[in-house]
Amino acid sequence: MGDFVMPSLGADMDEGTLLEWLVRPGEPVSAGQVVAVVDTAKSAVEVEAFESGVMGEQVVGPGTKVPVGAPLARILPAGAGAGVGAAAPEPAAPAPAAQPMAPVLAPRAEQPPRPAAAASAAPGPPAAAPLATPLVRHLAGELGVDLTAVRGTGPRGRILREDVEREALAAHEVAAPAGLGGELPAAAGRARAAATGIPVAVPAGVPAVTGIPAAVTATGTAVGERRARVSPYARRLAAELGVALGDLLPGPSGAVTAAEVRAGAQAPRAAAMTAAAAEVAPPAAPAAEEGPAPSATPGADGADPMRQAIARLMARSNREVPHYYLETTIELSEPLAWMHARNRELDVARRIVPAALVLRAVAQAAAKHPELNGFWVEDAFRPGEGVHLGVAISLRGGGIVAPAIHHADRLSTVELMGRLRDLVERARARRLRRTELADPTITVTNLGEQGVDLVHGVIHPPQVALVGVGRVLERPWAVDGMLGVRPVVRVTLAADHRATDGFVGSRFLTEVDRQLHTLEEP
Amino acid sequence: MTVVETTYREAMRAALRDAMTRDERVFLMGEDVGRYGGCFAVSMGLLEEFGPERIRDTPLSESAFVGAGIGAAIGGMRPVVEVMTVNFSLLALDQILNNAATLLHMSGGQVAVPLVIRMTTGAGRQLAAQHSHSLEAFYAHIPGLRVLAPATLEDARGMLWPALLDPDPVILFEHGSLYAVSGPLEDAAPEVDITSAAIRRAGVDVTVVAWGGCLGKALAAAETLAAEGISAEVVDLRVLRPLDSATVLASVRRTHRAVVVDEGWRSGSLSAEVAARIAEEVFYDLDAPVERVCSAEVPVPYAKHLEDAALPQAETVAAACRRAVGAGG
Repeated sequence: MGDFVMPSLGADMDEGTLLEWLVRPGEPVSAGQVVAVVDTAKSAVEVEAFESGVMGEQVVGPGTKVPVGAPLARILPAGAGAGVGAAAPEPAAPAPAAQPMAPVLAPRAEQPPRPAAAASAAPGPPAAAPLATPLVRHLAGELGVDLTAVRGTGPRGRILREDVEREALAAHEVAAPAGLGGELPAAAGRARAAATGIPVAVPAGVPAVTGIPAAVTATGTAVGERRARVSPYARRLAAELGVALGDLLPGPSGAVTAAEVRAGAQAPRAAAMTAAAAEVAPPAAPAAEEGPAPSATPGADGADPMRQAIARLMARSNREVPHYYLETTIELSEPLAWMHARNRELDVARRIVPAALVLRAVAQAAAKHPELNGFWVEDAFRPGEGVHLGVAISLRGGGIVAPAIHHADRLSTVELMGRLRDLVERARARRLRRTELADPTITVTNLGEQGVDLVHGVIHPPQVALVGVGRVLERPWAVDGMLGVRPVVRVTLAADHRATDGFVGSRFLTEVDRQLHTLEEP
Repeated sequence: MTVVETTYREAMRAALRDAMTRDERVFLMGEDVGRYGGCFAVSMGLLEEFGPERIRDTPLSESAFVGAGIGAAIGGMRPVVEVMTVNFSLLALDQILNNAATLLHMSGGQVAVPLVIRMTTGAGRQLAAQHSHSLEAFYAHIPGLRVLAPATLEDARGMLWPALLDPDPVILFEHGSLYAVSGPLEDAAPEVDITSAAIRRAGVDVTVVAWGGCLGKALAAAETLAAEGISAEVVDLRVLRPLDSATVLASVRRTHRAVVVDEGWRSGSLSAEVAARIAEEVFYDLDAPVERVCSAEVPVPYAKHLEDAALPQAETVAAACRRAVGAGG
């Protein structure tokens, strides 16, 4: 067992701010369980534990910014539970106090152990899956309650609605310094308001930390679970195997079932390796090289943190990566006709846009040309495990993120469209998951909707290729000696010349064209 | 133990002959059971063997002869009453529900009704709506009855005797499509348990619950699925009341998926009861929604292709299993 460290959530991250602990000292932790929320320059991200055991001392309190790789907490062997449960609150308490930035969400570590914590920490076997109906899970998600920390009072320990509400109330009492030990009824309405995201007056004297909305708690636990349908058995199995449900793709039935969980149980190793690969990269851009103010507070020198992060990454890309560029023009009348026909069958919320056609084609082409789907790490190419298609999404108020659509080559156009829509929504709500940020193996940037004909992109290291998509235009187009007006799109490839040559790149673009003209579909 | 090649019809006849030989009080009555040999030829030859006192033809009045059977049972006899099809049995439903099923309760335990009622059920033989329905659920709804659905040669041969020993009224549903089914019967006089369901094929990926005429379709579907690498467990419900949920639930706990096949109409059916119990008892073991394969909610059509389309078939069962295990289809 060992340290739980600040993870690297993408190649461009070298430090992060701990926003919130979701697990208290002494509580059991299973591999894959979300234990903390970390703010990167781009987004608040849920972070999972990579090993099972018991949460030990939390050396970093909420609000603290630390470099990637710095220890945040200790994770102890499972057997240590009973001892730690009793002792932990004491040593943990001074840590936040020592931090200059007092967090508005008071650290949960400060509170006396509640029955829930005691019960789960004491003799019990490591984290049995909490039994709760889908409706109760939904409620817990809305109220920001972590079900693993709730003691169920229903039959067979099932978690009831009241249990969740009680937990939400208790959490609020702890968060609001005033109400220590006071009886709750009067506060009930207030707590409810807080839990549902309606702002509550923050008592004077507690410095408001900007950028941590009260709703972070709500995003903290159940975001992923709320979106995907998960079978009851799969949920239980996931808890037993320590698999994070949020990272799993739904199976053919449209829900996450036991098969996906079992596959996911194999995957954490792979995911960990990808993350490691991403972590290997940053040293190539040592913080020292970026000049002074490595731990500068955000905005100290005027530039906003996201802009700084993008600046560092893109500068590194242009400095280190020898790009080569290819371009092709793809005629789209057939794919667009297919799309329009398909859209007539789909309800409005599921309709496809041309970008989804291109994403699918790129994903398929990347699967066929693994030389372009992966990472350049330590002077060697390392192919990605699966096609995790990064999609550049511009954020409101500026900036850009490129989270991954996992296994995009296995999705139909309609499914890809659904994932794209979901990703854009969550990116703009800043609710992306760790693996989505760390995983992309090849990225697509689609500036067509902005009205440009063509985009020559900059590769997102350590990836080795980036596909740019322009606008769909009507152009004179010759077929069989006859001139007609056809819709076309200009697709570019920016690729890392260390990993591939133009020959591979041109075959890749040809494949994109071919894929656009072999539209599937059951 | 002897192996005999037999048919479902012959197995039923052997069971009747055996019961009448064992117990003087046993007699058979119903429309055309004597001279005609039973409308499905089950009682063919029994009149000659046992005489008109014990193989009794009755007038065409279900209410009257079922009522007479109840009276005989109360009076100490062990009557077996044959009603041609479940559709006609509704004419005797008043006797069955208001008298046979309730007398023990209403008499404070003094008046038992040890009666066995045999009736055919089900479609698949182009006999049109009034001879083809599957109304087992109507009877499985009634407390005080035991409702059995023999689907195998062994059950056809072995269920009658324990049914006659039961002090309560027992309904035996014989699916019309099964009479001509033939095969080896391992034990000429098997002892059959009439309290529990039976696992007819073991599997690990999905539990298929079926009974009566649908059991063969479920087994055929399991065979098809096995070739695709899907291992289906087939549970023969066989005791429709009191329902043996324990066997079904234990199976679903192992396979995490369930498909219930019911030749009855979906709404308010026995499949609804089974699915509800699965949801009540083993919800957290489910890896997919429970699937049901039932008959189309129409009177069973006469035309063969329409009749086939209206009924559960091996292919529709297999498709439901594929959906349940997430293998498309």
